[in-house]
Amino acid sequence: MKPFAYHQPAQIPEAAKLLTSIEDSKLVAGGMTLIPTLKQRLASPVALVDLSKLGGLKGITDDGATITIGAMTPHAVVAASKLVQTKIPGLAALASMIGDPAVRSRGTIGGSVANNDPAADYPAGVLGLGATIVTSTREIAADKFFLGLFETALEPGEIITAIRFPVPLRAGYAKFKAPASRYALVGVFVAKFVDGVRVAVTGVGPGVFRVPPMEAALSENFDPSAIAAIKIDTDGLTSDIHAEADYRAHLVTVMAKRAVDAALS
Amino acid sequence: MGNVIGIGASPKRKEDQRFLTGRGNYVSDIKRPGMTAGVFVRSPHGHAILRGIDKSAALASSGVIAVLTGDDVADDGLGSLPCGWGITDAKGVPMKEPPFPMLAQDKVRFVGDMVAFVIAETPEQANAAAELLKIDYEVLPSVVGVLEAVRPGAPQLFDDVPNNICCDWELGDKAAVEAAFRKAAHVAKLSLVNNRLIGNPMEPRAAIAEYEPGTDRFTLWTTSQFPHVVRFLMGALVLNIPQHKLRVVAPDVGGGFGVKQFHYGEEAVITWAAKRVMRPIKWVASRSEGYVSDRHGRDHVTEAELALDETGKFLAFRVNTLANMGGYLSTFGPNIPTNLYGPLLGGVYTTPAIYCNVKVVFTNTVPVDAYRGAGRPEATFVLERIVDVAASEMGIDRVEIRRRNMIPKEAYPYQTPVLVQYDSGDPMGCLDGALVAADVKNFGIRKSESARKGKFRGLGYSTYVEACGLAPSRFAGRLGARGGLYESATVRVHPTGQVTVMIGTHNHGQGHETTFAQIVSDKLGVSFENVDIVFGDTDRVQFGMGTYGSRSLVVGGAALSKATDKVIAKGKKIASHLLEAAEADIQFEAGKFSVAGTDRAKTFEEIAGAAYVPHNYPLEVLEPGLEEQAYYDPVNFTYPGGCHIAEVEVDPETGTVTLVNYTAVDDVGTVINPMIVEGQLHGGIVQGVGQALFENAVYDEGSGQLLSGSLMDYCMPRADHLPMMKVATHSTLCTHTPMGVKGCGEVGTIGSPAAVINAVVDALSHLGVTHVDMPATPNRIWRLLQNASLPVAAE
Ligand SMILES: Cc1cc2nc3c(=O)[nH]c(=O)nc-3n(C[C@H](O)[C@H](O)[C@H](O)COP(=O)(O)OP(=O)(O)OC[C@H]3O[C@@H](n4cnc5c(N)ncnc54)[C@H](O)[C@@H]3O)c2cc1C
Repeated sequence: MKPFAYHQPAQIPEAAKLLTSIEDSKLVAGGMTLIPTLKQRLASPVALVDLSKLGGLKGITDDGATITIGAMTPHAVVAASKLVQTKIPGLAALASMIGDPAVRSRGTIGGSVANNDPAADYPAGVLGLGATIVTSTREIAADKFFLGLFETALEPGEIITAIRFPVPLRAGYAKFKAPASRYALVGVFVAKFVDGVRVAVTGVGPGVFRVPPMEAALSENFDPSAIAAIKIDTDGLTSDIHAEADYRAHLVTVMAKRAVDAALS
Repeated sequence: MGNVIGIGASPKRKEDQRFLTGRGNYVSDIKRPGMTAGVFVRSPHGHAILRGIDKSAALASSGVIAVLTGDDVADDGLGSLPCGWGITDAKGVPMKEPPFPMLAQDKVRFVGDMVAFVIAETPEQANAAAELLKIDYEVLPSVVGVLEAVRPGAPQLFDDVPNNICCDWELGDKAAVEAAFRKAAHVAKLSLVNNRLIGNPMEPRAAIAEYEPGTDRFTLWTTSQFPHVVRFLMGALVLNIPQHKLRVVAPDVGGGFGVKQFHYGEEAVITWAAKRVMRPIKWVASRSEGYVSDRHGRDHVTEAELALDETGKFLAFRVNTLANMGGYLSTFGPNIPTNLYGPLLGGVYTTPAIYCNVKVVFTNTVPVDAYRGAGRPEATFVLERIVDVAASEMGIDRVEIRRRNMIPKEAYPYQTPVLVQYDSGDPMGCLDGALVAADVKNFGIRKSESARKGKFRGLGYSTYVEACGLAPSRFAGRLGARGGLYESATVRVHPTGQVTVMIGTHNHGQGHETTFAQIVSDKLGVSFENVDIVFGDTDRVQFGMGTYGSRSLVVGGAALSKATDKVIAKGKKIASHLLEAAEADIQFEAGKFSVAGTDRAKTFEEIAGAAYVPHNYPLEVLEPGLEEQAYYDPVNFTYPGGCHIAEVEVDPETGTVTLVNYTAVDDVGTVINPMIVEGQLHGGIVQGVGQALFENAVYDEGSGQLLSGSLMDYCMPRADHLPMMKVATHSTLCTHTPMGVKGCGEVGTIGSPAAVINAVVDALSHLGVTHVDMPATPNRIWRLLQNASLPVAAE
């Protein structure tokens, strides 16, 4: 790890100002992704701006048709939340499948969404539910937020403050864990709303994406059998030592069916 | 007499008190006055010519004390890292043994090969300076697989090692095997890969070196399984430091599994450097650094053929293997796929003729050496897999074919056609016990239940034997060992009757401080608490070959037992004087020396006291003091073995294999501490299951990059991968070790991979699957099912 300055602002504007005024500065939330990259000397920001003392970024609120999760809310809190378990059980289940207990206690939803790891779980939940990313300056729809490998619509200095999730009729998440890392080798989030079904897939390519043919089929008939024959194209899918592209594509169908099963149970 | 805890009891482990309360003393816990930090700069290329290193920017960087490279090593005329075994080919020609410089000279041969050592005031400064080194590499194509390495036109690692072949080794009677194959009713054939593994001990390697000008002595603290051997190899063969001027300490060590039983270049470099900079230096490897520098294990490609008569009797076994050595010869490297492999190909069977050819091959990968089991898991895997293949091809039940070929209990001692003679064993007894424990008779019911859920269930057997307790020195010497393989122990009885044992083995998780204390407590009748075991320090312990090859109890424990007997013998002499009785009439039992047939007796403490306060003592014929030493050189290997039965469930939709039941019935000879034996079996089995289902070190052909270079990509077995295991012993006693012990450190790892893969193949056999390479990952299983064009399971 290389030396860096450390700031712990109390207000969002102050944090935003530090970020824009110090070149090569970085936000740190739970540090579960950032700290290992610093230790391996893969990143060497001159300053870290710690979000942990900012007011109002932690906690889960019930807004009726939506629930809002503060950016600094750790995965373990989401997994254990009675509110989330009642209103969007699929999202609580997703949070409970992230990493291990230590990671779930430190890692935050804001950090995970901002990082947009191609194998992370939350992006599937956020895109699958059509959530809104609330930042220090604006609101961004999930469909416009995830731009590809570790890339998002966030501008320099922009801080995620919360994620707002619409409450679906039903939702489910199925994850096939990568054997070693236990990130998503394939993760599929399925959500059924009054006006249709959304299906979001993580782990198989450079970023999370939706599967319109599955969405159409499930909107007609919300049952695993409706999508059993729908295969996704292997073009652009990741092939690595854990899974070849065609195997990943196959698993998308299997996990989508299991996600529907989970949503129905 | 106190709290005697003897052989067969399961006290809690003495050492766990300090481990579980955070009071262990590991190398990285140690701080020396004025200590500096060292960082190794490693090759990022698999194969490259080293054209030059510009140190100037690094030397100018803040806090930097020195930057050392291969040129400095050459200038100081230091030796190459030695190989402890010299094997020969069929014609008696010695293996090719190219130099292994401690810092690369002229060429780098694997990603992780050491190029420079940077010493600075702090680790951060050393790391920063390391990034400033300008190293001019001319990158060459790498070759990482054994099949590719022996092909004509392959990149050549060494100018004088044609086709990268270090040695073309063989064992057995080739002509007899060919003759048997000619009259065989059936020949089973199998091609397989034994996957490459990374040991991953919990504690990464680390070292501290210090030079004391006042006494002209060096001290090296290192994460080693064999400090005396490091002292010998490094002092005598690499750095030219006389043995009495070099102290090697291996304090608490957090796991080894073989990874820490080699003499590493890091140890030599840091010791040499400590004198150059006249300051102590500490180096602690990161986990990632360990991946590209800890010696790897296994990595074989094998073709095997088994000849059988019409009744399924094995007539002959022929095995051709290419074994990966990596970029250089590590300490035991060439011994593992040869001497620890070929002689085990007889297994528990009466196969009369066996021939084995092993081509030992250099590649641009981390040097390969012993990893828990070392050679014997490879042999067991080939044999136990092909037995299943033969059974299925001939339509004979897998248990039945094993029974027809097993060495009966009465036939021991049994001479195999591949050098070794088994002293004792009862493979049939282990098999029978395991069949019951695994509830094999109701397997059909469980299989139908799985089928109802759309899953395929399979059962796999492995009836195996291994050779451990390394090793009879004379025998090992004939096979190419360049050192002895005995062990030593000193039993020091203090004037107040407590005991300190100095032993040459090394405890790094095995529970020796408990097991060895039980032996002493049992034999001397002293309190378990009153026995301390000292190991891991060449200044405190007389000598030793260390811990590996399941040798600690078998060889070290035997030395301890002998030394303890000597204490008793001397105690009897003292007692005979004090009790005024003939020595022959003195009995020693339960901590008391007594005159047979009388109630006259002296306690062990009284005898110890008399030995150190010799007022009334036969000084004319007996020295004072009560301290005895013994060296023990075994007369044969020991041959633990047993039967493992694995039960798996395969999800055909995802290809996931779940281990649902595991049963092991093992013959480990006398059991000193059943709890510790069970723990060793559990750990060993888990590592074997890891090899079978999860672990795989993968290199990129061409670039030589390690693709599975961290725990994010190298899958270790975890608690939730495993069922509750059923582990039991069915012991016959070793006929030649003092206590009848056989060793249990590696049996789990040796027996289990074949059991698991046999179960996976069984689960898929209805689809025509006859073999699955390790690890049986979901992707690999799914691919097999695709190729078997499975009518996809219940949607
Ligand atoms: C062993 C291990 C296993 C894991 N397994 C999984 C898994 O199975 N599934 C999974 O999804 N994840 C997994 N993770 C990642 C984990 O979920 C992380 O917590 C998460 O990716 C990042 O969250 P964090 O709060 O730790 O962010 P940090 O590491 O602090 O930050 C990550 C990045 O996001 C930026 N950032 C953080 N907060 C904000 C914000 N509010 N606004 C804008 N930018 C911000 C930071 O600047 C940084 O670039 C694992 C991590 C580890 C160490």
